[in-house]
Order: sequence, then C-alpha cells, then structure tokens
Amino acid sequence: MSISRGAPKRPFSSMTSRARLARWALSGPPLTFLAIFFLIPTLIMALASFGWPGREGGFSPLWYHDAAGWHFDFTLGNYRDIFTLRLFLVLYLRSLGYALATTGFCLVGAYPLSLVIARARVGYRNLLLLLVIVPFWSNFLIRIYAWMIILGPQAALSRGINAVLGLCGIRAVNLLFSPFAVMMGLVYVSLPFMILPLYANLEKHDPALLEAARDLGASAWSCFWRVTFPLSVPGVIAGATLVFVPALGAFAVPDILGGTRGIMIGNVIEMEFLQARDWPFGAALSIILTILALGATGIAAWAARRGIKAYG
Amino acid sequence: MARRAALYAAALVAYAFLYVPLVIVVLFSFSASHLGTRWAGFTLHWYRVLLHDAAMLHAAWNSVIIALAASLAATVFGTLAALATRKYRLRFLPVLVLAPLSTPDILQGVSLLVFFVLLNVTLGLKSVMLAHISFCIAYVAIVVSSRLAGMDPSLVEAARDLGASPWKGFWLITLPLLAPGIMAGGLLAFTMSIDDFVITFFTAGAGTTTLPLRIYTMIKVAVTPEVNAVSTLLMASTLVLVLSISKLAPQALKGMG
Amino acid sequence: MALLEIRKATRRFGHFVAVREVSLEIEAGEFFTLLGPSGCGKTTLLRLIAGFDTPDEGRILLDGCDITLTPPERRPVHTIFQSYALFPHMTVADNVAFPLRMARVAHGEIRVRVAQALREVQLAGMGERLPQELSGGQKQRVAIARALIDRPRVLLLDEPLAALDLKLREQMQLELITLQRLVGITFVYVTHDQGEALALSHRIGVMNAGRIVQLGAPDAVYEFPQTRFVADFIGTCNLLEGTVRRQTGARLTLEVSGLGELAASARTPVQVGERGVLAVRPEKVRIAAQIVPAPGEVHLQGVIHDQLYLGDVTVYKVELAGGRLLEALLPNSAAGVVKFFEVGDHVDLAWRAEAALFLHD
Repeated sequence: MSISRGAPKRPFSSMTSRARLARWALSGPPLTFLAIFFLIPTLIMALASFGWPGREGGFSPLWYHDAAGWHFDFTLGNYRDIFTLRLFLVLYLRSLGYALATTGFCLVGAYPLSLVIARARVGYRNLLLLLVIVPFWSNFLIRIYAWMIILGPQAALSRGINAVLGLCGIRAVNLLFSPFAVMMGLVYVSLPFMILPLYANLEKHDPALLEAARDLGASAWSCFWRVTFPLSVPGVIAGATLVFVPALGAFAVPDILGGTRGIMIGNVIEMEFLQARDWPFGAALSIILTILALGATGIAAWAARRGIKAYG
Repeated sequence: MARRAALYAAALVAYAFLYVPLVIVVLFSFSASHLGTRWAGFTLHWYRVLLHDAAMLHAAWNSVIIALAASLAATVFGTLAALATRKYRLRFLPVLVLAPLSTPDILQGVSLLVFFVLLNVTLGLKSVMLAHISFCIAYVAIVVSSRLAGMDPSLVEAARDLGASPWKGFWLITLPLLAPGIMAGGLLAFTMSIDDFVITFFTAGAGTTTLPLRIYTMIKVAVTPEVNAVSTLLMASTLVLVLSISKLAPQALKGMG
Repeated sequence: MALLEIRKATRRFGHFVAVREVSLEIEAGEFFTLLGPSGCGKTTLLRLIAGFDTPDEGRILLDGCDITLTPPERRPVHTIFQSYALFPHMTVADNVAFPLRMARVAHGEIRVRVAQALREVQLAGMGERLPQELSGGQKQRVAIARALIDRPRVLLLDEPLAALDLKLREQMQLELITLQRLVGITFVYVTHDQGEALALSHRIGVMNAGRIVQLGAPDAVYEFPQTRFVADFIGTCNLLEGTVRRQTGARLTLEVSGLGELAASARTPVQVGERGVLAVRPEKVRIAAQIVPAPGEVHLQGVIHDQLYLGDVTVYKVELAGGRLLEALLPNSAAGVVKFFEVGDHVDLAWRAEAALFLHD
C-alpha cells in the first residue's frame, strides 16, 4: 500500500459542504433575526440622525432622484444643535451625573450585603441571595410606583419632613417629582444588578487569603482594603456596567418620579419621537446616548482586562 | 466584633431598602382610601374592581401571549446562537447577540418604532413580539452559553467514540445536559418580556396594551389602589411560579443564577 | 501484520507541530504506552487514533484498513478519558449500555451483557446509581466496563489514573494489567508518569516535541536510554559531559573535565573526539567508605554533600573533584543500621564500565 503524502480531507476541522450547511443552520436564524430587528433599525437611526425632519413628522428622504439626477440631503445640523444649545449639553451632563451617582450609591449599598452573603454559611447563601432576587421579580413599574407612594405628599415621610421644616420656618418641599425621587428610584431598580456580580465575585475568594493576611499582621481594615477589595474589582466593574448603562438611558424612572425638575435625556428622546415628532433630532440624541453607553461599556471592559492582568 | 455588627447592620438596611417599598405597595392594596398613598382601613374593594376591569384583564392576557411567544422564539434563537458560537468559535455572532444588552432600552424602542413605521408595519401585538424576541435572545444565549461552558467537552467525544453519530451525540448527550440551561434561559426571557415597559411603550402603538403599559397609564393618569392590587397579584403569581419551578425543576433555577 | 499502524502522521496547530512524522506499529494484544512530558504530543496522537482529530499528513491503519478519515463512531476503537466522561444524566447501567444501544443490540441481550460487565468490574448492583454517586475508582471501573462492553479492537487510555490518589492508583495499575491480560485487547496508554509506564507496559514509546524518541520494552528503555532526554526523563540519571578519547570495540574512554579519563560503553557507533554525556543510574553506583576497584570498574572519590532518606533507600549526593555532584543510591537493608554516612564523610564511588552509557549530544 503506498503512502500518500498529500493532506487528507479533514471531515471534522475543515469545511465540507455538509459542515457549512450545519454551521448556517445553527448560526443563520439568530444572525438573520438580529440583523433585521436590531442591527438594521439601529443603522437606520444612525443614518436618520443626519437627515431633516419630514413635513408631517418622520424623515424627509436622505436621497432622491429627479430629472436633475441624484440628490443627497445630509446635514450635520442635528448634532450641531445638540452641541451648541446649552439645554441639551446640560441634559447629557445631568444624565451622566445621575448614572454616576446611582452607580456610586449602589456600590456603597451593595458591598456590605454582598460581603455578608458571600461569607455566610453555605447553606444560608442561596436563601440570602434569593431574598435579593425576589423583589426583582416584581414588575419594574411597580418598583417605581412604590416610591411614588413613599415620597408622595400625603405619605408619612413627606409630612414628617415638612413638619420639621415648618418648625424651622422653611417652606415645605415636595419629595416626589424631584431629582431626589429620581435618585431613589434609580438606586432602587438598579441595586440587585450591583449585588449579584459582586456576590459572584466575593463568593469565589479563598478564605485562606484573608487568614494569611491576618496571619501576616494585617488589621481587619487593611485586610479589606489590601486583599478583599482589590480582588473584587472585576465584580465591581461588572456591577458598575450593569447599573451605569441602564441608568444613563433611563426613561421610566424620571418619567414617573422626576416631574419637570428630574428630567433626563431619555425623556427628551421620547418627546422628540412621540410629541415633537422631530425624528432626525431624536435620532441624533439617541445616537449620542448610545455612544456614551457603549463608551462606558468599553471603558469597563478595558478596566476589567487590566484588572485581570494586575490581579491574575 | 463592632465592625462585624456594623457590617450586618448595613446588610440589614440594604434588605429593608429592598423590601419596605414592596411591602407598602401590598399594604395599600387593602386600603379603603381612594388615594393610593393613604391608609383608611382594610378592604378587598380594589381586588373586586380589578376582577371587573376588562381592560386590565385584556392587557394581562396580551402580556402573557407576548411573553410566551417571545420567550419561545428567543429560546430557539438564543440556544442556536450559543451552540454556534461555541462550536465554530464565532466572533461576530456573540457581539450581535449581546449588543442589545449594552444599548439603552430607549434606543431599541425608538429605532424599532421607526423601523416598523418605515416598513408600514401596523404596530400591535406582532410588532411587540418581534421587539421582545430581539432583546430576549441575549438572555437565553448567556444562560445556555454558561451551561455549555461548564460541560465537559469529552462527553460528546465519548459518545462519538462509543458509536454515536454527530446527531445522536447531540440528541442523547448535548441536549439533555443543556436542558436545564435552556429552560432557565426561556424562563428568564419570559420574565424579561412580561416585565418590559420601555420597548413595549414604543412598539405597541395606540391600540394595544400590555400589563405594564396599563399600569403606566394608571400611574400617570389616575392612580387608585387598583394599581396596588394588580401589583400584589403580580408579585404573588411570580412567587408561586418560581416556587413551583424550584420544586418541579430545581436545576432550572440554578441555571438562572 | 501489526494491528494498528501509524505511518508518518503529522498534526499541526497553526505553527505548532504537535505530532511530527510519527510512525508506529502496535501488535494485537499489546499493552503499549506513550510516555512523555506534557505538551509532547502524546494526547494529540491518541486523538488521531480515536478519530477525534485527523492528521495533516500520514495515514492510520487498523488491521491494514485505512481509517485515517473514518469518524470515531465507526472505528472499533474506544477511549477512557482522563475525566472518565461518564454521562451524568444516565445511570451506570445506561452508561455501560450506551455502545450496545448505538449498535442497536436487542434489549434483552443488552440487559444480560450490562449485568455481566458490571459483575466483571465488581459493580454488580450499582447499575441504578448515577455517576456522581460513585467514588473515583468506581467511576474508573464504569468507564472501563463501558469501553469494553462491545469488545473494541483497541482501547485508548488517556492518563486514566491521574485523578486518583496514590494507593488507589497502585491498586488500579494492578487491575489494569490483569484486565488487559484477561480481555486480550490492545491497550494504548498515555501517561507522563514514568513509573506507571514501566510498571504497566509491554512496550513504551517515549515522546518528546512531537516525535517518538525511543521505542522499546520498559527495561530496555530504562537500562539503555538512547538520548540524554530519555535518560533524564525516565528515572534519575547522573550525566557527566565529556569527549571521546579512545575506543576499543564497545568500550570507550571519555575525558571528563575535572575527573580525568573514565571508562564507558556505547551501544551506537561513536567517533573519537565526539562530545557527549556519560549516563550512569544512581543505583548502579557503588558507595562505601573504602572501595578496592575491581577490574573494569570506574573509581572515584568524593565527600557526602547531602542525603535524602526515603525509608527503603537513601539517596546520597556526593561532591566530586571540581564541585560536580553525583547521586548514589543505597538500600537501607542492613538490620539495625539507620545511616551509613553523614554529610562531610569521605567516600569512595565505583561502577562497572558497562553501567556507564555514552549518549550522543
């Protein structure tokens, strides 16, 4: 029998027509669906943000053909308006501020809880974790509505605070429909998103590390800052991303709790699309919002990679 | 010891922060006052109102239909995506699958609205379903992928080695082992769909309401403790659903965590 | 004709060549071991035989039939995986029955044969358990029962004992030898553990960097390593670098710097002036306070530098002239005597010239 030196066909690792078919059968359906119902709509938005509004809402065509040939009707006007009108810049900055503050408050609120759950006895951990997830199962709007009740002018909290303020001779405040209400709402709906990744990280820490640190003379406090916290940075980053991005584009929370004083960029986008009907301008607003969100995710991914390098 | 006590106290405060608002919602569903924010004696009045609120019941029905259809489709697409990504080490597909998670809801809502309007698709149940499928795929794909990642690759090789064709290997080994993950992914998709407000808000059009949309209207326009009553029932049914799943298919919940 | 024949098989991953022009013939009924450090290509070679992977070049023949491209399910070759790869959602009985089900054997016969197979591996009555309810050794037995139930021509074993603790590992080694003798199926065993390879195999193929560097019976590989790598990888070996000065037949004289001229033997042609290493196993080195060298013995003097008491034997590290260290092994066989030497003692060393092997660089 002669030995052929040529490379044999490889039925498993290279592409025969059957393997190619299998590959498309698997990846084709999700790819096609998401291309049509996610990618193309997003691209349309990006394109539309360079257009003019139509006469009765919608878009005027970006290009058309007539006797004189092809016409292209692109404009940078929407972006110019956003960057020159102070109103919109302030709105973006305010939304960034809300998102950052939400992330900060969630971190501070979630850390002790995650730590307690991660260090609880194994049998209790799942129960404690379940207790975090259960409120999460209630409807999103209900969780916001709860704060309408708590902060409402008739509720005990408002009346108590205003009674004290009254004694000091200060004008009564309205807790609801305020930046404060937006903050509370955002933190409330976001908190579990910080707790879960933090817990998932802290739970993996080897208790021997802490014992080693204590053994080598670290106080409980420096143990935390030199061992636990640095090791949990990937969890913090994951949680921060999960909190920051939705908070930045929040719509329902400021819409329900914010009133006119607590308005965020998401509300303006909604108005441009459903009320003002200036779609190209709304498209530009949402494209910038998306760029900010993707930028944050990118920074987080970069930081996570660095963190992994630094802490192995 | 003091530090430990402070830690537990902080954790307790966090739990309180999570639960007190919901307890208040439940409590006020039994309040006789017309305002959702004032206690005026116990009543079941609002539950009776709810039972006869045809619009609310219809909205709930819509929500269930949408969530069922969307989670079913998303389960198929998401599982396929997870399998393809793992098997062929794809780069573009996972990015596309996960992208909806890191784009703001509002962008997805308005871009789908524009898309449907430009295509002259009448907004309604179908447009909402399509929108929900597109953001639910990611959840299924994540859960199934993590299940796949935890699977010993030599199991499928062992099946092939012992005489199973690629198909048999998939049906007898991969699929049964993946089933808890697929179920958990589907459940997660179902809850995400039934809970969604923002994307539904933009893609439902004027004529169609879902439960969240109906609750939103009530909160914005005329809030009565009926909202509390529907909230309480929703919470109770989710709780019952999850508890029964944890009894019937505990593995499915594990996959979700 | 050999049962399994590999002809010039090469497998590359990108620029990395995992298996490089390996040719190998394995006889029916043989217990053959591929031994080498991790990354040497032994597992890749095993996967080529199993059919999980195909070579870029070369052929694999079973019973003279080319199976290079045959998918794994159509090869009469089964594998015991390092992780055992028991199907966690199937009972032990269902796991063992799997190959028969795939071959569409009748239900009644499956039941009988599975019960029989479980009895053979001392797992009778455990059929309804799930794999995760078994101990490591029991899982191992299930994997073996499953792989042998349809009598494959070749059984491939990929470090099957690596996950077991020492005692169990030794017990399983004995069981594997007995089993292989009993069923008479060809075993191709992959391991990085030289002790295991020496204890189990009829023949060993030592692999390094994608090639088989030496092939032979365990004693031949151990006693007569052909390369410095093999000498170093299997067991411990004293290696002294030197230059060939004179040659008379198989007998050489080597110039080793600092130690002068030493006698050695060669099993391959050698040229005068060639550089290489002199390899001598610690257990071939005689060590005593005073040795009168017999004719044909190499004789050296040194000082005890270090000692390693291992219970049954003690390893002495002896410092020779020029600071070179040499290991010698002494069984602690004398009753009532715990230690023969202390650190700092002057000792004599000697070995027969035939025990010192010259290896090419």
